[in-house]
Amino acid sequence: MTEVNLSKVVKFYGKHRAVHGIDLAIHDGEFVVLVGPSGCGKSTTLRMIAGLEDISDGEVSIGGRVVNDLPPRERNISMVFQNYALYPHMTVRENLGFSLKVAKKEETEIEKAVDEAAGILGLDELMERKPAELSGGQRQRVAMGRAIVRHPDVFLFDEPLSNLDAKLRTQMRVEIKKLHQKVGNTIIYVTHDQVEAMTLADRIVLMQDGYIVQVGTPLELFNAPVNTFVASFIGSPPMNLIDGTVSGTDTIKLAGGLDVPVPAAARGQVTDGQKVQFGFRADNLMPEGHAVQEEGEKANLELTVTLTEPLGTETVLFTDIAGTEVQAKMLNPRPVRPGEVLKFRLMLDKCHVFDANTTEAIRG
Amino acid sequence: MDRNQTHRNRKRALKTLHFIALFATMSVICIPGLWIVLNSFRPTVEIMAKPPIWTPTFTLDHYRAMFSGAGEGGVPVFSYFRNSLIVSVVSTAIAILIGMSGGYAFARYRFKGKAGYFVGLMLFRAVPGVALSLPLFIVFAKVGIIDTHFGLILVYVALNVPFTIWLTDGFFRQIPKELHEAAEIDGCTRWQAFWKVEFPVARSGVASAAIFAFLTSWNEFALASQLTRSVGSKTMPVGLLDFTAEFTINWGGMCALAVLMIVPALILTFIVQKHLIAGLTFGGVKG
Repeated sequence: MTEVNLSKVVKFYGKHRAVHGIDLAIHDGEFVVLVGPSGCGKSTTLRMIAGLEDISDGEVSIGGRVVNDLPPRERNISMVFQNYALYPHMTVRENLGFSLKVAKKEETEIEKAVDEAAGILGLDELMERKPAELSGGQRQRVAMGRAIVRHPDVFLFDEPLSNLDAKLRTQMRVEIKKLHQKVGNTIIYVTHDQVEAMTLADRIVLMQDGYIVQVGTPLELFNAPVNTFVASFIGSPPMNLIDGTVSGTDTIKLAGGLDVPVPAAARGQVTDGQKVQFGFRADNLMPEGHAVQEEGEKANLELTVTLTEPLGTETVLFTDIAGTEVQAKMLNPRPVRPGEVLKFRLMLDKCHVFDANTTEAIRG
Repeated sequence: MDRNQTHRNRKRALKTLHFIALFATMSVICIPGLWIVLNSFRPTVEIMAKPPIWTPTFTLDHYRAMFSGAGEGGVPVFSYFRNSLIVSVVSTAIAILIGMSGGYAFARYRFKGKAGYFVGLMLFRAVPGVALSLPLFIVFAKVGIIDTHFGLILVYVALNVPFTIWLTDGFFRQIPKELHEAAEIDGCTRWQAFWKVEFPVARSGVASAAIFAFLTSWNEFALASQLTRSVGSKTMPVGLLDFTAEFTINWGGMCALAVLMIVPALILTFIVQKHLIAGLTFGGVKG
């Protein structure tokens, strides 16, 4: 059983506080993704778990053992770095077997473990090459192979796909997920890419400015963001947000003079005159005839399309509500010219309301 | 067509100029060395002849004389060679050990006054060695390490450490810190991570630092001539002075000894040169 527990973990760089006392419990075998914009403290947190950074305050435990003062080698973890960090003077085989050699394992045992890892990652052909002779994707696989050879309790990934081109990234993403299904270890994965976070994670930990903003499954974060930061960070395109004011108890007057009813989830939670941000995803604003047929409260809007982004199965339409640019989606798309006026349906049940001052979600 | 022709002509002219410049530069570097080698094989009469004699006579007289007894123009070549070798090898080894540790510390660790220390070390290099000869002479004489291998080694270590630090710092800086971090996660102590990963990767840098340190010690004359006196401690450059008498200089003998001095340095450089190139193949991390 390898749980990883962070309790009130703080990191200071000089006087600058990079991580503000975070609590996080990661279960055995769980794939947890730390995600957030650069400088949010996700990498620092990972490096504290790895033992590459001192922990200024708080406690980190791996498998029930407090590791604050243990060097990396005694934590039984392995890590994949963004720049791969392969040993340039060793062949792939030597790279893979390095940790076992350091641990003074039997020659035959090393060979068996290395061959097994090479088999899992399809490295058999490359074993006698040096890292300089490998492509980016191959280096990435060797780095992962080096991590799995020693059967660690926890895998740590620090933005492992950032240096790959888009196509390879998608491919390696699948391989990482397969790897997790095969070996079943606890994985902590850091990325700034929300797509990676959504596709890989059992649970996402979204961080901002050294704090954890929200922890949950990808769908929880997508469907019930706790504030506007989460709403605009998770999901592509980001959630549309329009300023508005609550009028009475069941109407929101949007900035440009448009009225929408308060979504069911927020009804009874808002007060007259409260400044809010009204949010909805592009998937919930669709032109008539090109929308998902769903039951529920809808609002009809006539909007002018300003820009289109055809993606094949759908087209993202840029338009304007009350002076704010919003994005909508068109299913089974037909060609649309900029300037064309279309009838849109807004799925009110799927809309969100956020307090304009605290940015927090208003939800029953 | 015409424009192509002029373009081609210009390219050819530039290439020719390039070769001429290269040849001139190489001449400046190589001719003195060639002069030494040639003169070591010529009779003294020919070396001194005016106008010069263009078709040289080949003779090994100078070498023969050098290795013969004291009364026949001989010098204790083997002693000088041994002294040079001991002093250079030991001082280089020590300077590399200290300099590499220093270079690593400057490249990897943050500490107070780092920039200041670094500039300070470089300023040491700015002090001409000869300026130190008198103070060193007095101190060494008082301490009683004048005319010893130890004294000379001490001086050369002090001369070489700043440069070695500067050079190895640059090489260690090029190695991403993730390499030692990966090694530590793979089970190494910090010490093991250095010797198993960072040192092998930086060995080209260490090798070039070692060549420089060795050549500095091997060729150094000014300080050695002040701090050594006897056959038991004089190095080869100082030994060259044995060929100067009150009114004459035995150019041929001096050149012969100089050749013996150059050869080991050339061989060493040649051997280590391969390492220099082999060590430069980085690529373990995305560049």
